[in-house]
Amino acid sequence: MSDLHAHSVAYVRESMLDQQPPPATETGVVKWMRSNLFSTIPNAILTLLALWALWSLLSGVAPWLLNGIWTAPSLSACREILDGATGGCFSVLTERWNQLLFGFQYPSELYWRPTLAFVLLFVAIAPVLFFNTFPRRMLIFTAIYPFLAYWLIWGGSILVPLLAAVGLVAGYFVYARFVAQSFAMGFFGGIVAAFVVWWITGFLPVEGILALTPVESRNMGGFMLNLILGSVCVSLSIPFGIALALGRQSRMPIIKWICVVFIEFIRGVPLITLLFVANVVLAYFLPPGTNFDLILRVIIMITMFASAYIAEVIRGGLAALPKGQYEAADSLGLDYPQAMRLIILPQALKISIPGIVNVAVGLFKDTTLVSVISMFDLVGMIRGPILASTEWNGVYWELLGFAALLFFVTCYGISQYSQWLERQLNTDRR
Amino acid sequence: MAQTAVDTPSPAKLEVSDEVAIQISNMNKWYGTFHVLRDIDLTVYRGERIVIAGPSGSGKSTLIRCINALEEHQRGRIEVDGTVLSSDIKNIDTIRSEVGMVFQHFNLFPHLTILENCTLAPIWVRKTPKHEAEKTAMHFLEKVKIPEQADKYPGQLSGGQQQRVAIARSLCMKPRIMLFDEPTSALDPEMIKEVLDTMVELAEEGMTMICVTHEMGFARQVANRVIFMDQGQIVEQNEPEEFFNNPQNPRTKLFLSQILGH
Repeated sequence: MSDLHAHSVAYVRESMLDQQPPPATETGVVKWMRSNLFSTIPNAILTLLALWALWSLLSGVAPWLLNGIWTAPSLSACREILDGATGGCFSVLTERWNQLLFGFQYPSELYWRPTLAFVLLFVAIAPVLFFNTFPRRMLIFTAIYPFLAYWLIWGGSILVPLLAAVGLVAGYFVYARFVAQSFAMGFFGGIVAAFVVWWITGFLPVEGILALTPVESRNMGGFMLNLILGSVCVSLSIPFGIALALGRQSRMPIIKWICVVFIEFIRGVPLITLLFVANVVLAYFLPPGTNFDLILRVIIMITMFASAYIAEVIRGGLAALPKGQYEAADSLGLDYPQAMRLIILPQALKISIPGIVNVAVGLFKDTTLVSVISMFDLVGMIRGPILASTEWNGVYWELLGFAALLFFVTCYGISQYSQWLERQLNTDRR
Repeated sequence: MAQTAVDTPSPAKLEVSDEVAIQISNMNKWYGTFHVLRDIDLTVYRGERIVIAGPSGSGKSTLIRCINALEEHQRGRIEVDGTVLSSDIKNIDTIRSEVGMVFQHFNLFPHLTILENCTLAPIWVRKTPKHEAEKTAMHFLEKVKIPEQADKYPGQLSGGQQQRVAIARSLCMKPRIMLFDEPTSALDPEMIKEVLDTMVELAEEGMTMICVTHEMGFARQVANRVIFMDQGQIVEQNEPEEFFNNPQNPRTKLFLSQILGH
């Protein structure tokens, strides 16, 4: 401090100081550990306790994982090999791999069909999920995919999904023809046209044309069933949820009340109840002799359930938008569908992404509830045929851990994607 | 009610045609039981530049929001550009596409770029081809002096720039009438000028304008009629010179002394 005169106010620096490295305790690992792990004595104690907990957890789980047996034909054989040592009997996974994935009734020579459908699923959703990376033309495949996947998984004549698609296309053309005059006219006209086409084509002989070996719905099972239910219900419940949320805001009292009653009723009922309704009660309301597919009934119920939740999430997003956005859209002369599609929904949906993903993840896991109405999804397979078999009676940790891992990987993927999407859409930088 | 109506303005700085752009007669509006607008009679001629002033809560904003049906009126008649405002949606959309509106809080669409903000309505409402709409948009963005911001998002612009974009966005619809609802009230002082300059330029080109504003300098410079409102009624209207130098109604005098008094 030689250049500072203690009692004078005037001060002139004569030499500039060079940069110096910070003290060793302020850099690198030492600094990080000091500030994060051992900053105070209670923190140091907590750190040591956490390390001890981690150690005891790992010392229990690691041998079980590393010492696991992957090649025994049954639990007793596995225990013989282990001979008292700690180790998991993971051979149940290799032994029953196909059952876990496809259920126990799906014909094994046809496993390639759902597998192919699964691989194509990624091709189909890629242009939707990563809209900036993939060419828009790939969306054509996305539109074809549901029909293709149905044909691959269920088999039968290609005419069935083809005619279903024709009905939708006819409905769309009627919609496009009339929507300019009135949205309601286009909307209901389109629905009527689609149903008319389906009704007429119902009389066509469809057997045997480009037919794959048919597989019935009751033969579906395993994780495939969870994926079918999850992906179909999520992709259906988002548009229905949007429609319900907009309907709930509608100025037309009848539409508003239909939506309010639907949402409040469905949200107030447990999903299991709805699934039992799908399984048992719905049959009473249908005309006798109609064979209404069980998976279709379950899909309808789960979709209704999820869309009620998604509607409420989106309503929150709509409410978060400033009123000025509606007014600006109105003052430019945009009509209601345009204002919603171009201005309101893009912003409201962006706000709603975390909530929608929350519902989607919950819904995907809830698909395991179908095991209580005797459908053999992944959990149904584990609880039923596998654990009940003489070979594998009693292997809980390995099987349920595997199920948990499968669901975790899928749900964590969805969650990571949604965070990426939020960053992509973050354009307003407010 | 003392209404010194000067419906046909005397010679102004710019010529005003005698073609009627907006005719409001005997218009009343209630919010619930509260009578916000009472017996409004107003005729706006093409090319007129009208400034509406008045204390807050006097119904100025509500009045111009009735003109493009952002607010419903309960009694009386509004005729815009020869079309009588009814509750028919098509009719309202037609009028809205002819009447541009600029808001206090800009209300740009934050998820769209500046250029997309400007081309959206021409493309979807007027069915203009995209490249043509973009050409028009760039023309108006140049006019408000921010063509270089075209690819940015509203959140990246200053308030004054956002408001100029909002003006350009309205102009892209080639409106015959422009409504300004306190366009500078949410701006920092140094940004007010750039927005007012844009509005003056627009006025000089002969656009029919109705501005709700507290910028009395702007009123003196471009308006050919100033309307003073209080308690939902038109209290006084006159040419700016007369209005500011020789106000008649005591409420007007009080208001002017309050806002010009410092």
